[in-house]
Order: sequence, then structure tokens, then C-alpha cells
Amino acid sequence: MSSLAEYAWLVPAFPAAAFAILTAMGRGAGRGGAWIGTLASLASLVLSLLLAGQRVSGTAEEYIGHFDWIRAGGFALSLGYEVTNLTVMMLVVVSLVSFLVNLYSHGYMKDDERISTFFAYVALFTSSMLGLVLSYNLLTMYIFWELVGVCSFLLVGFYFRKPEARAAAKKAFIVTRIGDLGFLIAILLLFWYMPGHALDFTEIHNVFGTQTGVISMGITTLIALLIFLGAVGKSGQFPLHVWLPDAMEGPTPISALIHAATMVAAGVFLVARTFDIFHASQAAMTTVAVIGAFTAIFAATIGLAQNDIKRILAYSTVSQLGYMMLALGVGSETGAIFHLFTHAFFKALLFLGAGSVIHAVHTQDIREMGGLGRSMRITAWTFGIGALALSGIPPLAGFWSKDAVLAAALEASPVYFIVGVVAAFFTALYMARLFFLVFAGTPRGDHHGHESPAVMTIPLVVLAVLAVAAGFVQTPFNGWFGEWLFPGAAEEHANVLVIVASIAAGLLGIYLGWLIYAKGTVRRDVVSSRMPGLVRVLERKYYIDELYEAVFVKPLGGLGKILGAFDDYVVDGAVRLVGRSASAIGRLNTRLQNGQLQTYVLTALIGLVILAVAIAGRRFW
Amino acid sequence: MNMLASYLTLAAVLFCVGLYGVITKRNAIIVLLSVELMLNAVNLNLIAFAKYGVQPSITGQIFSLFTMTVAAAEAAVGVAILVAIYRARASVNVDEFDELRR
Repeated sequence: MSSLAEYAWLVPAFPAAAFAILTAMGRGAGRGGAWIGTLASLASLVLSLLLAGQRVSGTAEEYIGHFDWIRAGGFALSLGYEVTNLTVMMLVVVSLVSFLVNLYSHGYMKDDERISTFFAYVALFTSSMLGLVLSYNLLTMYIFWELVGVCSFLLVGFYFRKPEARAAAKKAFIVTRIGDLGFLIAILLLFWYMPGHALDFTEIHNVFGTQTGVISMGITTLIALLIFLGAVGKSGQFPLHVWLPDAMEGPTPISALIHAATMVAAGVFLVARTFDIFHASQAAMTTVAVIGAFTAIFAATIGLAQNDIKRILAYSTVSQLGYMMLALGVGSETGAIFHLFTHAFFKALLFLGAGSVIHAVHTQDIREMGGLGRSMRITAWTFGIGALALSGIPPLAGFWSKDAVLAAALEASPVYFIVGVVAAFFTALYMARLFFLVFAGTPRGDHHGHESPAVMTIPLVVLAVLAVAAGFVQTPFNGWFGEWLFPGAAEEHANVLVIVASIAAGLLGIYLGWLIYAKGTVRRDVVSSRMPGLVRVLERKYYIDELYEAVFVKPLGGLGKILGAFDDYVVDGAVRLVGRSASAIGRLNTRLQNGQLQTYVLTALIGLVILAVAIAGRRFW
Repeated sequence: MNMLASYLTLAAVLFCVGLYGVITKRNAIIVLLSVELMLNAVNLNLIAFAKYGVQPSITGQIFSLFTMTVAAAEAAVGVAILVAIYRARASVNVDEFDELRR
């Protein structure tokens, strides 16, 4: 039987075709054209689900299809796609979230005159991410990796008339570029050191996983760290996390897409895909774990003090990505991918819910909202489910995946575990704060919400169901998901301490949030009145942006100005000098052409004398 | 050989006087006369070399006859043009004749 896996390349091809069609149609495509993008993502989703069905039932083999892109002498650079359980799972997540975001955008972007451009970009974004997931070697992945970066630039800067959106788009592009450079260098190093210049994941697995010692330890660590730098940039890990919260300037469905399925997931996926390299180097693993753990708690504390609904969710994403990196760092691929899987659903749900709220009240400041639970029932319920899932309350999806991460962390070191639990507590606290300020109590300000149209609420309901159910594929008592994804990976054991600690952290956070923001038994300024400095530091995000501004942006801007001046005055000056001197000589010569016969004679005479002197001079030298 | 040097010197002086006249004089008739002077300096050279040159021959003398003929024709044409210009412009000043510039 010819396997469906051979046609897996169609999954990214559908949205790519939609992008081409929408671009060709131009702005005239309008709202009808937008459905082309949605249909394409639906086609991708259906095909992904069929593929997943075949993989799960075991009727489809793993499949690699590739062709030579550049052939030079004995070696070739090839592009291609690979169908494995991991890629199929990612295909389903990406195409599902993308389809729901597409659907939702029909409501959210209804009145935007550039709606077809928006859907074209979303289609390209989806296509790039699907391609990235399917890539069978690092080269193919890098191409799609860069495409994802470009699309994020286009979409974050979608409202390009707003200066903040332009700045955010540039920031997103430039900051992730730092990571991309690391990734590129890693690819070049691998190309140099790998036997046969192989860049495909199978070969990487063979070289680093089974026949260790082919590549020296130092180089392995270097390659792993450079790949990790790429992942840090894309997945918004400290210290390159600064672009992610600013990326909130884009339309809200895009935030959902970036934060749930595309873009940020790419970094985690990259590390998981090249995990054998990391496994071969203990130093690299430790770096990944430490950065991940630090990012998890660092971003969670910032999330406590923000007032913009989308920014809180953005820092929450940064924090959750930290969890995934922590899981990878302590050697649990399963935990990381599982958390990525569940996180995609509830984070998309939260962002789309936030979009629904913003759509209704036209503000993003949670201090101006309140009491929306009554007027927006579906949004409130689904948002609540998402918040509970994110806080890690059983039996929602977030609990199981966070539990897997924490269990792996505890096996590696109690420090990671404690950091993870504290971050989980903060997560529950800021989500409770967000939920109670937005949906509970009485309206502050004159915003009276109204429920969003069905095209926006249906995706919310679907995602809410998934946020509840998705966790059951992998529980401490049933390791089917991990076994399916990574056959032979370490089995996870039920650990009562982990379960109790994570539930306690979640419930405690929510209870405290309820006391402060809903019931009011604890005054809101209980911290800010005693430690105003601490709160200000959190509000200003640890002054990281200001630090970067002073340390990198200003000096580099100055250097740019100097180089610009060099270009203006020295390079352009030389060009202008050549041009001006030619025209000056010309002007001098026109003065000779004055029509005076005697001047001509004199000029001819002088020329003759010079000629005579020159000839005589040659004779004597 | 001494004789040759004297003739050549005289010719050179004549030529320079003629050249000076061509370049500096405003009156077109004097310019024409100066051109004649330069031509005659050349004639003098031709004849001097024909008589005292390394290979004396008659060629130089014949050549100078040709030169005189051409010079006569040139003077006739030149003076005719001058008369025409004088009728049109009421002037024979060389520096006023700069129409070709435009």
C-alpha cells in the first residue's frame, strides 16, 4: 500500500499555495479571499490528522523524501522531509492551532481593510512552521527557520502605521537574528566536522547518539551551545527574551499563533530534534537546564507586575518555554515535547480569549476591566479553563505536562525542582490576578463587554476541550505518548512528592490571588507599600530593556552613525570628487572655446611647445 | 655651414615676428600680413637647405615657388573675405569675429 507519508510535503504546500494565490490577488481578494487561507489550513489539518492516524495505528512507515538541491563534485546539498511520530505530532498541533486561529481571525479582523494580506501572511507563517517541522536535515530546517522569522516580522509589524509596532517588529527580527547567527554557525561547524558532510537528523543521531567520539568533546559542546543560542533567540529564553513581550504589538490572533504553535515552539523543537548532540555534552545540558529554569522563574516574576493583558500572557509564555528548556536540560525530551503539546492548546486558548476581551472592551489594561464574566460567559469560562490548565490544576492538561517536567527536574537536582515549583506558584498567582481582575467583580471604567461572534467563540470552545483532555495521553500511570514519540526513552514514574508539590503550588497561588483580587481580604498594596522598589523593578522588567538600550543599542547606534558618516563623506565623497572633477575640467575647457581665433592659435602654440619639450626631454633622458 | 646657420636664424626670427603678429594684432589685415611673413620664413628655410643642405638640390627652390603661388592665392581669398566681412560688420577687428562660438 502506498503510504500517505509520501505525500506529507503537501501539508506545508497547501498554505504556501494559499499565500501565493492571496498575494497574486492582491488587496482585492477581500474577506472572501481570506477563506482561501482558512481552507488551506483546514486541508493541512485534515492531512495531518490522517497521517497521525496512520502513525498511531501503525499502518504507516517512517518516511524520508529528499532531492539534491546543489550537486558539486562528490557531494550534494539536499532538501527533504521526514515523517516520524514527533513530526506528525507537531504537524497536528501546528495545523490545528493555525486553523483555529484562522477561523477566529475572520471575526477578529473583520473590519480590517488589509484582511487578505493578513491571511496571506498567516498562511505563509503556517507553511513555514509546517515545513520546519517536516525538515529532514538542518539545511531545510534553517530555510524554514528564517522564513518563520520573516513572517513574524511581517505580522508583528502588521499595524505598521503605529510606531510601536514598527519598533517591535524590528526588535523581534534583530534579536532573533542573534540566535539565528548562532544556529547558522552551528550548521557550518556540523557540516565541517560531520563524516560525509551529512546534515540530516538520522546521521546526526548515528554520530552523536551511537558511535560517540567521532567528534571531539569541545566541538560537540560548542555546536550544542550554538544551536541552543538559536533556540534561545526563537523561543524567547533569557537573555534574548526581550522581543517576545514587545511582539504583542501584532494582532492578537498572531500572538496566539506565535506563542502557541509557531515561532517559539521552533526553538524547543530544534533542541529536541538535535537532542543527541546535547546528550553527548554534559556542559551543554547543564547550560540548557540552568537557562531554562532561570527563565521560568524570571519571567513568572515579571508577569506578576504587568498590567497589559497580553503582556502578562507573553511573560507566561516565556516562563513556560523556560520549563520546556529545563525539561530538555535534565534529559527529558518527553516532558519538553509533552509540555509543548499541551501548552500550545491552552496558551492559544488564553490568547484568543484575551483577543475576545480586547475585541469587546477595546483596551488591554486589566485595571480598566472587571466584571466581564457576566457579559461574556463563553469567553470567561474558556479563559478560566485555560488559566487553570496553565496553573497546573488537575486533571487539566497543564497539570500532567508540568508534572512530567517537574518529575524529571527532581531526578536531576532538587534545585531545579524547587525553582520549578516556585515558578508554578507565581504562574498560578498571576493567572488568578488576571482572571479575577478581568472577569470578576464590578466593571471599572465604562467598558461593558459583549460576547464575541460564534466564529470567535467556537475556536475557544474547541481549544478549551483540548486544554482539558490533551493531558491524558501521558500521565504518570500511562506513558503512551512518550513511548510513542521516543521509543526507548526513560519511563516516567509516578512521584507523590512532585504531584503534591505542584498541586499545592497551583492551589496556593490561586487562593492567594483570590484573596487579594477577588475577596479583598488581603490588601492589594500589601507588597507595593512595603517594598515599592521591588514592584518597580518587576514593572520595569528588571530594567533589561534599559540595560540593553545602554549597553548594546546606543553604542551600536553610535557605531552605525560613525560608519554612516564614513559612507557619506569618505565613500560617497570619493565618488562625488570624481564626478565633480570631471565637470570642473569640462567647465575649464568651455572657457577655452571663446571663439577668439587668436586664443586658439596661442593654445595650439603652447601645445606644440609642450610636445617639443617632451620629445626633446625624451631624447636627453 | 656657417652660412646655413645665419639663414636659419634669420628665418626663425622672421617666423617668430610673424607668429607674434598673428597672435597679438587686432587688425585682420596685419594678421594676414603676419601670416605672409611666416610663410616667407619657411621659404627662406627651403632655399637655404636647397643651397647649403647635406644634399643640395633644386627641389627646395621649386617648392618655394609653389609656396609663393599658394600664398598669393591665399592672400587673394583672405583679403576678399575681409572685404566681405567689412561690408557686413563695418570692422576688421579679429576679436569681434567670434560667431562660431555660438
